Amino acid sequence: MKPAPFAYEEPRSVEEALDLLARYGDEAKVLAGGQSLIPLLNFRLARPERLVDVNRIDELAYIRRQNGVLHIGALARIASLERSPLAAARWPLLVEAARLVGHAQIRSRGTVGGSVAHADPAAELPAALTALSASFHTASQRGSRTLAAEEFFVTHLTTALEPDELLVQITVPPLPSRSGAAILEHARVHGDFALGGAAVVVALAEDGSCARASIALLAAGPRPQRAAAAEEALVRGQADLAEAAELAASESSLSGHRRALAAELTRRALTVSAERAMA
Amino acid sequence: MRPIAVTINGRVHRGEVEPRTLLSDFIRTEGLTGTNIGCEHGVCGACTVQLDEEPVRSCLMLAVQADGRAVRTVEVLALGDDLHPLQRAFQDAHALQCGFCTPGFLMSLDVFLRRRPDPDDEEIREALAGNLCRCTGYLAIVEAVQAAAKALRGAAG
Repeated sequence: MKPAPFAYEEPRSVEEALDLLARYGDEAKVLAGGQSLIPLLNFRLARPERLVDVNRIDELAYIRRQNGVLHIGALARIASLERSPLAAARWPLLVEAARLVGHAQIRSRGTVGGSVAHADPAAELPAALTALSASFHTASQRGSRTLAAEEFFVTHLTTALEPDELLVQITVPPLPSRSGAAILEHARVHGDFALGGAAVVVALAEDGSCARASIALLAAGPRPQRAAAAEEALVRGQADLAEAAELAASESSLSGHRRALAAELTRRALTVSAERAMA
Repeated sequence: MRPIAVTINGRVHRGEVEPRTLLSDFIRTEGLTGTNIGCEHGVCGACTVQLDEEPVRSCLMLAVQADGRAVRTVEVLALGDDLHPLQRAFQDAHALQCGFCTPGFLMSLDVFLRRRPDPDDEEIREALAGNLCRCTGYLAIVEAVQAAAKALRGAAG
């Protein structure tokens, strides 16, 4: 099908976009890469009165490192992240996560900010960014906010973004030394949304014990699901990797096959992360 | 209505479109009907074209978003009757039956082989994952990609 008619705005700067969102926020949808929104428009499942297309805001399309922190502009394409030498060298988890998003024809247009703002709980980048303790930076004419993943992702397809707010940037802190990370998922068909998966970061102490663990499950609840009890058990040395993975799955609302899948993928992701941390 | 100018296969196409006009529809109304429209929600890949050297779903883009950009469609591949090595390989390997999906496959694979001139089978299968074919069962397509890669490497060397 074809989209219903809508008014179309094409701001060239963040300032212009915020002005439009302040004026039309309630009736407008932000259009980024369009790989989720345009299917919804084509099906007429979404019929916004107005689209604010941010694709020509060049100032938001960057991936760079400042003071050790990774800065990803909301309009950076997922393909750019996938091919970023900077991400590959220092935050390879993001490259692994980007490769799992849809297909090449989706990643070329899809944006990191769009994936995050769409907040599909089965999406890879929100889970990876949650595991990496990323911060989400929003802007509006009322001011800017910086939110942690736990604050930003509210529930299924819902974030803390207000109608007049734009997600402008995501920052990712540096990983500790002797750390490793991995994201694993299972989908029935390559490129489909996953039935289960886990993004994991593990950091080792001098003595080889677990100094920090970060586990974010995808497709395991209404939003990327941090497994706090499992993380704590690992750091306190109260659980081995398999036990921690079981605990992580039990912290979700999953049952049956999906729960077993989440536990197994978490166990494998923890194992790979620990090996990488030791390498 | 908005005036747009989209370069398709090296030629500028000017038009007046509604903002809701999909790029796939704009391309076809310009007479370039090689780009097929299958599912219109980004699943089947039949409408895949290249936008500034990247493979994209033309049903998931608005025509206004292509204003001032360069698009390549399947019509650009052959030079007159001289088929592109990918097209020849598809023909030789029987990598199509009804042919509806073929333009999307070709435009995806053209980018893929430029980036990965010597792919292994697993990489080829991953590259094919974004395009659906209901006729062939894909094995012949994998063979065609191997043959095309070899031909293109020969042409480059």
